[in-house]
Formats: sequence, structure tokens, C-alpha cells
Amino acid sequence: MNELVFFINNVLIAGSVTGSIYAIGAIGVTLIFSIMRFAHFAHADMMTFGAFMVLLLTTAFPALGPAIGVPTALIMLPLAMLLTALLAVGIDKAFYKPLRAHGVKPIVLVIGSLGVTLMLQGLIRLFAGTSGQSLYVDDRKEILRIALPFEGARAPIVVTEPQLYLFVITIVCVVALALFLNRSRLGKAMRAMSDNPELAQASGINTNTIVAVTWVIAGGLAAIAGTLLSLDVTFKPDLSFFLLLPIFAAAIVGGVGHPYGAIAGGFVVGFAETLAVFNWNVLLRPFQDSFPAWLELPSNLAFVGTEYKIVVPFFILVAILVWRPTGLFKGKVI
Amino acid sequence: MSHDASPPSPSNAPPLLSARGVHGGYGSMNILNGVDMTLHADEVGVIVGPNGAGKSTMLKAVFGLLNVNQGEILLSGEPIQNLAPNQLVKRGMGFVPQEKNVFPSLTVKENLEMGAFLKPQNVKRMLEQVYEFFPPLRDKRRQPAGELSGGQRQMVAMGRALMAEPTLLLLDEPTAGLSPLYMNEIFDRVKKINAAGVGILMVEQNAKQALAIADKGFVLAAGQNRFTDTGAALLADPDVARSFLGG
Amino acid sequence: MNNRHPSYTPVDSTVTRRFPVREVVLFAALLVAVLGVYAIMGAAYSTRMLVEAACYAILALGLTIQWGYAGQFNAGVMGFVALGGFCAMLFSVPVNDAFWGTELPGELGRVLLYGLAAIVLVIGVSKLDRFGMPKLLRTVLAVALAVVLYLVVISMLREVTSEIQSRAGFVGGFGLPPWTGWIVGGALAGGVGYFIGHICLGLRSDYLAIATLGIAEIIKAFLKNSDWLTRGTATVSPLPWPTPGPSALGFTLSRAIYLSLTAVIIAVIFFLLHRAYHAPWGRMIRAIRDNEVSAAAMGKDINKRRLEIFVLGCILMGLGGGVLGTFNSLFDPQGYLPLNHTFLVLVMVILGGPGNNLGTLFGAVAVYIIWIMSEPLALFIMQLVASLGEGAGWQMPTNLESRALQARVLVIGMLITIVLRFAPRGLLPENIKSHG
Ligand SMILES: Nc1ncnc2c1ncn2[C@@H]1O[C@H](COP(=O)(O)OP(=O)(O)OP(=O)(O)O)[C@@H](O)[C@H]1O
Ligand SMILES: [Mg+2]
Repeated sequence: MNELVFFINNVLIAGSVTGSIYAIGAIGVTLIFSIMRFAHFAHADMMTFGAFMVLLLTTAFPALGPAIGVPTALIMLPLAMLLTALLAVGIDKAFYKPLRAHGVKPIVLVIGSLGVTLMLQGLIRLFAGTSGQSLYVDDRKEILRIALPFEGARAPIVVTEPQLYLFVITIVCVVALALFLNRSRLGKAMRAMSDNPELAQASGINTNTIVAVTWVIAGGLAAIAGTLLSLDVTFKPDLSFFLLLPIFAAAIVGGVGHPYGAIAGGFVVGFAETLAVFNWNVLLRPFQDSFPAWLELPSNLAFVGTEYKIVVPFFILVAILVWRPTGLFKGKVI
Repeated sequence: MSHDASPPSPSNAPPLLSARGVHGGYGSMNILNGVDMTLHADEVGVIVGPNGAGKSTMLKAVFGLLNVNQGEILLSGEPIQNLAPNQLVKRGMGFVPQEKNVFPSLTVKENLEMGAFLKPQNVKRMLEQVYEFFPPLRDKRRQPAGELSGGQRQMVAMGRALMAEPTLLLLDEPTAGLSPLYMNEIFDRVKKINAAGVGILMVEQNAKQALAIADKGFVLAAGQNRFTDTGAALLADPDVARSFLGG
Repeated sequence: MNNRHPSYTPVDSTVTRRFPVREVVLFAALLVAVLGVYAIMGAAYSTRMLVEAACYAILALGLTIQWGYAGQFNAGVMGFVALGGFCAMLFSVPVNDAFWGTELPGELGRVLLYGLAAIVLVIGVSKLDRFGMPKLLRTVLAVALAVVLYLVVISMLREVTSEIQSRAGFVGGFGLPPWTGWIVGGALAGGVGYFIGHICLGLRSDYLAIATLGIAEIIKAFLKNSDWLTRGTATVSPLPWPTPGPSALGFTLSRAIYLSLTAVIIAVIFFLLHRAYHAPWGRMIRAIRDNEVSAAAMGKDINKRRLEIFVLGCILMGLGGGVLGTFNSLFDPQGYLPLNHTFLVLVMVILGGPGNNLGTLFGAVAVYIIWIMSEPLALFIMQLVASLGEGAGWQMPTNLESRALQARVLVIGMLITIVLRFAPRGLLPENIKSHG
């Protein structure tokens, strides 16, 4: 029983947490891809930037949260989203738009976004240093322990407060995005532009507006993903390239240009990661007695060590590129 | 619309569309080498000519999709050759490209709504009107446009352009790849749309049928006007028949 | 003229020979800069800088043929460099008797054999559908078998490697001349490049960038965490040189000899590339780059050519990584950084002129000089500001050096975006239309 609880804590909950974060990040990547047709490598650093804004604001007004009863970081999140959205729009104006206007190949935009990611990295670390910092400045992380009403289940299911917020926020994001894309005029125009940019222009849709809206959404979502990640663990300014791979893998698994696919892809990658680093010995040990005597289980039965976690999204990426490059949900643009 | 009727427009109003000596193309090289075209309000103009003559290019030039290096294009007397497509939509021009003319993952209704992007207040009324023009679309309105047949897709494309209530509609080969039955249906709709007060300039490969409903016909070859006359006159002209209408 | 140059025949009739003003001016400026560094920093330091610049030039040539010749963007140069460095270490470091003298090599070999057998078995099972097994059953069977066998083999490997680590430290090297490691490093990098390229080259170019970025981080993670193989964070040093070392000849002279060795390597690469570039193969490559659509008319060969180019570039990166690793005389997996080993090389290539070998060479040396000199310069400026600030009663942040490092990240990023925007073809642009 305890083993099962261990499994729930380490795989189900941890997988949902990473899955949600990857999903929110991947939505941004996939939206940018479907509108501007390039893989945006600066996305992970936009996430870091959003979390950094939250950190700054939380440090500036640490007493706000305890007064209301919500983590200060969450109160600051909308403001950080706004700032990150502004940053994203600004970056596009300053760096990507001139390149697009020159009619460069998409891969040049990719390189440009790598330049941008370095600039963001440099700036953030110049101010934030490189060590981890907690977003809980004046408040503290509540931990919920849910004891199971079974006999023999001594260990409780452990969920932290930020994880609960994370699930709620993820659901809100997904619903809001679905409503936006399917119901609003701008959302439909965005889908139209991702389908056929020339025809969207011929229909009188102002493509510059759509591009800006895309950046606003991607920036806002990046801020959410970065903040949730930092709330769950700590704010780390140097995660960039380690986040990029799972997020891109999620977007490609879901089918590039396919927002709902990105959500599914995020959870696929998130769960794959937690399943791969989970030590299966824990689950098999109770049955050790029923195994034949010669079969002695090694104490470490994880597929990969945590230090090799990055192999998992890469493996998924390679597998999907080999077997189904359009993604599970058949993306529009490959 | 019968072709032997005299042009209905009053003589003092500027023509709906007037192009003079248009030179233009995709890069610096010209595909169009001086094309003239005049179309009055409520007229149907048809452009015919061999493949690669520059017919599509001319429509794109009118719709601001490529550079006009020389010459001028006037819409109701105002020069438009440097305007972007979305500004032309605002001024009452609609364009249906030759291919890729729907948003495949959007539903039929959403496709049509995109046509009225600049006039959201009209959506309801225009949807009704388009459904009346193209009854099959009403039943298919929740279906993604990518799943429709070629003819239905063409209807969606024309419907999308109509949603903005254009005064001039540019159609690039609306009947390409359609069965004769559908083809007649489309020509029929074009006449109806025109009767509702929309000027039409279309490129057609099915030249005889198209010229039959045309008030004006333009025969292009190698980026230049070869013949310009009323549709009926062109049909009757043995030179045109021999070299462009297949005998 | 003609009788004075009887052997001269124009390679390409459309190329009009002109005096290369731009090249001469740029390289003259470079020479002045190098002499300036010699004057200020002394011979030993400056020669080291030149050797490193030469190693980077090999990396940059690798990237320039991928990006400049064929438009493939490799965002993981670091990984291939690290592979080269690892092989240089593995082959040249002295033999470790604490490992080879025990049964451990046999154990390791046995596990590796099991691994091989497992792979063969899984492949075999995955072909069972040819013998009438339903496809679904076959897939389930193959996946289940792969999972179980993987766990078995990896557990055995973990056991052996931890045994090696605790008893012998690490496996040690082969005690061979370093150049064997360079060659194997190039081959290994080429092999990884083939794997990645094979998967990605038929797809959008973005996917190649993503995949290379990923493989670079994975290679680094592997080298960093495989203490039994690389000593991990404990680092391995010294790595023997193929030329007489500083202890025999002093810093300046030994480095100068190493520099001549790298210069010879570059000259050979340069010559071979030049030959290939003007051969039919090179013309085809350029045709693909300049007009993919019309080149596609040549048939399916296009992906094969692109794969060749990509692998060739990776080989050069592995080779350069080996030469660089040996010169540093230190193998430190943590020292491989995307900034130093991917983006710096990228800046060299796009600034110098993608696809233009001479431009790339210029870019490599020029950017490396700026890069190296920026460190003391930035520190000097910062300290100056700090001392001025202290005079004015200011409190400066303490960790100046780490902040100076971050400032470099910022500058490299800015350089990339600025060059892309204002000089997309570099200082010595490649003449795109020269082959008509
Ligand atoms: N996007 C483009 N870029 C460059 N050249 C183009 C492009 N589209 C067409 N052309 C060239 O312009 C010329 C005229 O093309 P256009 O499409 O106007 O012909 P068309 O008369 O519409 O022919 P069709 O009846 O086959 O549709 C052709 O020679 C074609 O190669
Ligand atoms: Mg055409």
C-alpha cells in the first residue's frame, strides 16, 4: 500500500506537475510556430524572465500575500504576465520583425531567437545571479498530507500548496485558450492565419495585429509556466536549455501548430520523464517473495538516473520524428 | 444580365475599375507588360488567355499582392496601386485566389466570418445572404472547410469574399477542376451575385461559357491585352475563336 | 600575361578575377591586432591565444560548411566538440593498471556484449511479423522485451561501472598518440551527426536545430556523470601532447610548435574543402543551397548530399574538439558550455561569412581575439568603475567576475542579432551566384 502511495506521489502528482508546466510552455511555442513558422528558442528564457519578474515584485512587496492569504507570488503573477507579454512584443518588434521584413528563411529567425535567448540569459543572470532563489519570500509553502483511509497505508499522499494552484491555473489556462480560439474574433483570425496567411491577409485580417496578439499570449503563458515551475521548486535562472528540449518535444509530439496537441504532448513528456526516473524496484519489492530465488532485483530499477532526465524528451523527440513527424495529432505545418 | 444591353452605368461616374498600362511582376522582372482594363459598376469582366499569360498576376496586381512598377490602377477614380490588401478590402474589393482559397481547419461558418473580419457588425446579415446564394453551405456550416468537395470549397471561398460586401469581386478561375454540373452552378451564382450589384472581374479557362455571361472580355497573352471587347463580340470574333477558344 | 601564367585556367568562366581588396585589408587588420596582443600580453600568452583560435577555426570550418554551404543549422556544436575532447583524452591518457590488471575489463566487455545481444534480440523480435505474427502482438512483444532487457543490461552496467569507479577510479586511457584520439573523435562525432542528420534532414530545418541542441546537452550530461569513464567533475589532466610539451621547451616555443601543427591541419582541411567545393560534388551542394526547388528536380539525391555535408561538418567539429582538448591538456566535461563552444563558433561563422572558408577563418581568429581580450578588458573596466565608485562612497557588487561572464553572454547574443540584421552575409560574403 505504501508503495502505491509512493507511486502516486512520485509519478502521478510529479508527472502532472511537470506535464502542466511543459504543456503551458509548449502552447506558446506551438502558437508562435503556427503564426510565424519558426521554432522560438527564446521561449524558455521568456519563462525565466516571467518568474524573475514575479521574484522582483514579490521581494518588493512581500507582505501582500500573507495579508490576503494567498502566496504573494501568485498575486504578482498577472503583473508579471503583462510585463513578459510586453517584453515578447518588444522583442518581436526589435529583432524578429526586421528579419521577417527582409524575407529571410525561417531558420534565420531560429538563429535570431538564439541570439535573443542569450541576451535574455545574460541580462537575467547579470541581475539575478545564477543560484536558485525561493519565490516564497515572506510566506511559506503549505504542504497538504492526505492520509488514505486504508489499512496499512501509513504514508500520506503529499501535495504542496503551489501544486494545487498549478492544477487550477492550468485548467483555467486551457479553458480560456479554448474559448479564445474557438469563440473570439481574434482567436478565429489567429487560427485562420495559421491555416493560410495569404488568405487571411486577403480577408482583411491585419496580420501585424495577429502577430502581436500571439506574442502577448505566448509571453503571458511563458510567465505562468516559469512562475509555476519556480513555485514548485525554486527560481533557477539557468534552466533555459534544459527546459527547451521537453517543451519542443511536447509541441512536436502534439503536432506543431496544434494547441491542444501541445497540451497532450506536455503531459506525455512530463509523465514519461517521471516514469523514466521512477525506481520500479519500489513497486516490485513487495512481490519479491513470489519471484524465483535466482532473480534478485537490483536496488535501482530506474530507466535513467535523474541526471540523465534530459534523455527522455530527446528520445521522445527522436521517436516521433522517426515514426510520425507530423505529431500524434497531425500538425498543420512541418 | 444580358450582354447586348448597353452598359448600365451613368456616363459621368468614374469606372469601378480602371487599369492603365500596368507593368508588374514578382521580382524586378515584369510579367505584365502594359495591361489596360476598364470595368464599370455592375459589369462582369472576364479575363481569358493561355496558361502563363499573366491572368492571375493581373488579379494579384489589382489586389495589391505584388509590385506595380509602372502604370496606374484606379478604383472608382482613386489610385490604389500602393495600397495593401487589407486596405483594399476596406474599400470594397474582394479576392478569391486560384488555389488555397479556404481555411481548411476552420469550419465553413468560421471561414465566412473571417471574410467579414473588418465588418463584424454585418456578420449575421451577410451570413444569411451567403447561405441564400449557396444553400449547400448552410448544412455544412459546422464542417471544417478542408473536408468539403472542390465545388463546395469554391462556394466557401466566394462566400468568404462576399461577406465583406464588396463592390468589386476578383475571382481567379472559380470553376477550375469542377464537373460541368458544378461549373454551371458557379456561373449561375456569379450572375446572381452580379445582379445583386457587385462588379465582377474573373479569370476563366472555360472561356466560352465565361464570355457568354461577360459584359467585358479581355484576352491576355504574354502580359499584354490581345483583344478587348464585349463578351459577345469576342465570342463572335473568328480571330479570337481560332487562337484562344480552340476553334 | 598568358605566357607568364601558362598553367592558369579559369575554374569558373563567370568568375571575374579581381584584386581581393577586402580580404587583404581585413587580414592586414587582423595581423595588426595579433601583433598588438603580442606587444601587450607577451609571447607565451599570445601564442596560446593563437593556438586556441586555430582550434576554433577548425570548429568554425565545420559549422560553415553546414550552415554556409548547405543551410543546416547545428545548435549543438558543443556536443561534438566535447566528444572530440573525450576521445583525445581516452586515447592519449596513460593506461590505468588498476583497471586493466583486474577482471573488470572482462566484466565490462561482458555487459557490453549482453547489451549488443539484447539489441539484436529486440530487432529480431521486431521483425517477427514477417513470419506471420500479427503486427500489434509483435509491437507489444518487442517493446516489452526491449524494456525488460534494457533494465537488465542497465542494471548490470550500473553495477560494473560503480565497481570500476570504487576500485580503479576510472578506466584510464589507452596510452596511444593523441592524434589517434583526434581521428576517432572526428569519426565518433561524425557517427552521432549521421544519426541526427538521418532523422532530421528530410524535415524542417528547425528540427535539426532542436535535435542538435538536445544531443549536445545529452553528451555533456553523459560525460559529466560517467565518472567511471571520464572522472566526471574530477577532470582528467594532463593530456599528453603529440609535440614536445612546455616542460621540455618552455611555453612559447612548445606552443609555437603546436600552433604549426594546427596550422598544417587547417591548411589540409582548407585545401580539401577547396577541392571538393569546386568539384561536381561542391557545385551540386551549392545548387541545393541556392535553389532547393530546382535542385530537388535532381531527385532524391538531395537528402543524401545534405547528410554528407552535415556529417562532414560534425567530423571537423570532433577533430577540432580533440585538438583543442589536447592543447588545454585538461578534460573537464563541465567546461563545455553552449556559450563558449556553440555560440562563439556561430558568431565566428556568421560574422566572417557563412560558406566562405577564408571569411570563416578570418571570423574565427578575429572573434577569438575579441573574446579573449574582452575578459581582462571587462574586468579592468569593472574594477575601474568599482574603485571610482568606492571613492564616491558606492557599494559595488562583489562577484564581479561571474557578472563579467554574464555580460559576455549578453554581448554574444547581441552580436548574433546585429550581424543577422545588418550583415547577414558576413564581412567576407560568399558569392552566391558564382556558379551560374
Ligand atoms: N509566385 C511567383 N513567383 C514568380 N513568378 C511567378 C509566380 N507566379 C507566377 N509566376 C510567373 O508569372 C507568369 C504568369 O503567371 P500567372 O499565374 O499570372 O499565369 P496565368 O495566366 O494565371 O496562368 P494559368 O492559366 O496557368 O493560371 C508565369 O510565367 C509564371 O511562371
Ligand atoms: Mg492563374
